[in-house]
This record gives sequence, C-alpha cells and structure tokens, in this order.
Amino acid sequence: MNAVEVSGLRVSIGGSQVLAGVDLRVPAGRVTALLGRNGVGKTTTLRSLIGLLPSAGDISVLGHRVSGWPTHRIIRLGVGYVPEDRDVFAGLTVRENLRIAETGPGLDYERVYDLFPELRQRSRQLAGTLSGGQQQMVAIGRVLLTDRPLLLVDEPTKGLSPKFVSEVVDVLERVRETATILMVEQNVHVVRRLAQHVIVLDRGQVAHAGLASDLDDDKLARRLLGVSA
Amino acid sequence: MSTFIAITISGLALGAVYFLIASGLSLIYGLMDVLNFAHGVFLTLGAYAGWAVAAHLPRLGFVAAVVAAAAAGAVVAAATEVLLIRPLYGRPISQILVTIGLDLALVGLLEGGFGSDSRSVAVPGWLPAVTAIGGERIPNGDFLALGAGLAVLGALTWFLRRTRYGMIIRAGAENRDMVRALGIDVGRAFTVVFAVGGAAAGLAGLLNSVVFSGALVNPTQGDQLLIFAFIVVVIGGLGSITGSAFAAVLVGLVQVYVTFYAGTGAGLAQLGNVSVVLVLAIVLLVRPRGLLGRAA
Repeated sequence: MNAVEVSGLRVSIGGSQVLAGVDLRVPAGRVTALLGRNGVGKTTTLRSLIGLLPSAGDISVLGHRVSGWPTHRIIRLGVGYVPEDRDVFAGLTVRENLRIAETGPGLDYERVYDLFPELRQRSRQLAGTLSGGQQQMVAIGRVLLTDRPLLLVDEPTKGLSPKFVSEVVDVLERVRETATILMVEQNVHVVRRLAQHVIVLDRGQVAHAGLASDLDDDKLARRLLGVSA
Repeated sequence: MSTFIAITISGLALGAVYFLIASGLSLIYGLMDVLNFAHGVFLTLGAYAGWAVAAHLPRLGFVAAVVAAAAAGAVVAAATEVLLIRPLYGRPISQILVTIGLDLALVGLLEGGFGSDSRSVAVPGWLPAVTAIGGERIPNGDFLALGAGLAVLGALTWFLRRTRYGMIIRAGAENRDMVRALGIDVGRAFTVVFAVGGAAAGLAGLLNSVVFSGALVNPTQGDQLLIFAFIVVVIGGLGSITGSAFAAVLVGLVQVYVTFYAGTGAGLAQLGNVSVVLVLAIVLLVRPRGLLGRAA
C-alpha cells in the first residue's frame, strides 16, 4: 500500500521545465527521503503533490486521485506540510499559529506541547520573534496538532543549530511511528537515522529509488548526490 | 476656540466616513492584492438601499435604513468577488479593468433606473439638529458619523484579532499559500473580506449622504469619495486597518481646517482638496510605505 503514487508528473515554472515526468511511490507507514542536488525539483515535487503548483500527470494521495484538486482539499485528506523555510506567520502568536491549523480530526494540543514544551511557554510570543529552531518547532507543531497520516517535510534541519537538529530529528523519529513521512533532506546523517527508503531526483526525473541502505554504496552516493556516504 | 472645536469634530466625522470606505479597500488589498475600483459603487448602492428603505418602509425607522445600506454593500461586494474577481486572481491588470468596468456599469444602471438627479433621504428629526457644546453648535450628524467610525473600527479590530476568520485573514495577508497548505479554503475568507469591506462602504455611503451631502444620494457620489479613500489607504499603509484609521483622521482634519481657514474666495474653494494631495506627497516622500504599512 502506497501513501503517495505519482506518475508522469511535469511542472514548469517561469517557462522552464523543472519536473520532466516524475514517477514515484511512497510506501505507507515508512519514512522516504527525497534527495538530489540543489535545483533538481525536490521542493517543487512536494509543492506539486498538494496542488501549490500547477502540474500535469497523475497524483494519488492516501488513495485519492487528487490531480487538479485545490490545496485545502488535498490537505484535508490528512496531509501535513512543513515547508522549507518554516513559513510561520510572523505577525501571529505561537498559539495563533497553532490554532490556525485546527483543520482536521483528533485535535490535541498536549501532543504538540509534549513534543515541544517550549511552545507552551512561548504561546503568547509573536512567531516572527522566535529563533529559527523555535520557528521550526511551530512549523512541525502545526501539522501534529491534528491526526495527519501523511507528512511532507521539506528540509526540516536546514539552517538549524546542532541542538535543534537533534531535537527535530528526535521528534520526527517519534512521529514516524504513527505517520508516513516524505522528507526532503540534504543532511545524509539525518536521512540515515530516519529514512527507510530514498528517492533521488536528477534533472527533473527520478534517477534512483530504493532502500536508504543503498546509500551505503559510496560509489552510488557519490554519483547520485555528489557526496560521499 | 469653540469654533475650532466644532471644526475639529467636523473633521473627525469626515475622517470617520473616509475610514469606513478605506478600511474595506485596505482589507481587500491587504489580503488579496486586489485594487478594487468598484468600491465606490458599493458605497453608492448602500446609499440608495438606505434611501429606498427610508422612503418606502418608513415604519421601520432609520436604523433599518442603516442596516439595509450595510447589507446592500455586503451582498454586492460578495457577489463581485465570487463572480468577477475569483476567476482573475493573479491577474492584477484584469482585476483593475473589470472593477472599473463594473463601477461604470452599475453607475450607469443607477442613472438609468433612478435618473441623474439627487434623491432626498428621509432622516429622523434629531439628525439635522445640533447639540450645543461649549457654546458651539455641533451637528448631530457629526456625532453619528464619528460613532459609526469608532464602532466599525472597534468591530473590525475585534473581528481581526479575536475571530478565527480574522486570524485567517491576518495569516493570509502574510502568506496565502501557507494558509491553503494548512487545509483552509482561502477563497471563502476572500469572500468574507469583500463582504465586510462592502458593508462598511455601504454604511459610509448612507452616512456621507445624510451627514455631509444634505441628505441627498446620487449615482456618482461613491466615485467622488473613492479618490480620498485611496489617498487614506496609501497614507495609512496598504493593508493596515489601524494605519487607515490614523490616515483618515489626518486627511479629514487637514481638509476641514484648510477649507475653513483658507476661506472660499476665488481660487480657494479647492484648497482643502489640494492640501490632502500635499499631505499624501509628503508622507510618500518621508515614509514611502505609509504610516503603518509593512516593509516590502
């Protein structure tokens, strides 16, 4: 059973083709890392899955063919999206940033505060005044507020200090017990710790799909990602 | 001194009417980036709805006319968003053209239906009367406009700060895509914003007629006021309700002070309007994003 199935996904931005026929499957109940060099279309793929970018091709999410659906309808199937740059609402308080995400069943603030106790203390603070790591807590907390069986997480550790990287990875490790995660991540150590599957994009297409342990092959990792395993 | 107080209250009342118009414009631009040139005709339709209720259903009283004015503005504005603006999001030039076209068409319809001549609104006896304060006679209409402006400012602030829709609107003004990505139908919030802005405009239309235009309504009154409302929005800062409130008071006071103290001699009659444009120029030079506008 796959949580996401994509076939022939094509996306053009500003006249240039970013995705040129992506085919991928994200197994349910697992963590899949979407990898590739900068600019190969990882973020574009995530945004296309939830309709934030116009695309061509077939997309199925949690058993529903969602091509052409508006974003809010896809999200309400039970999808959580954590964007690359956090995108917290700077002029809203932490509590308001969480409240705005009350859009599904299983509302549970304690779940969020249990994972991120700091958010409870800072609930009245404007999100724009938080550090990058604290903003990432808000961004992840928003999607954990209700039951969302599929999480799309874009570079959750980007720009964070080692302390926050560790905290975020710990949380995602706990979350993966109850949700499918499709994660864009540049940090190979994080990928190794969290993901069971990897999909590598190159030039707008899938160059490799397999187990995360495939990256143990130094030659393959170097060829696909330009980094040593 | 007492004359100064009377003029000041009159300027505040005028500012209150400008705020009622500008608040909707500012909300609509702040959330949706739509420059709505049909906003003036929402105001006119509100005034005509108030006139119609006051003329044909006098038993309902003036409050019913006020409610009708706000409701007409809200309904027409919401219909405009759903039918005309929604297919054009992301196409600002088309939005401007379609709202200008709508304004021209609806003004033409009003002229066709009711004629170009002004119609007189039946108002309660207390409205044209005056209240003596410190030896100066202040028109009751000024207090009505001022009270309405303050009430709408309070209601909008409450709506934006305390309600879920208000929260969505504030979040949407920052990042619409992220609001959608949290599972929220932003389109519905857009319609609500248009309706709220239209209601305030409709109310402003009727108040302007009964307070500042001799209880007369005419098909082009909205377009005449719209230019000042745009000036208020730009001075206050696009998208800022509080900024619009400050700017509306500033514009109203400047216009009334200059008009009164410059007199009405040859060539001086329009000095009040010119002074408003000067204020706009100074604010844009000193603070290009307006008094409380967000940095680009």
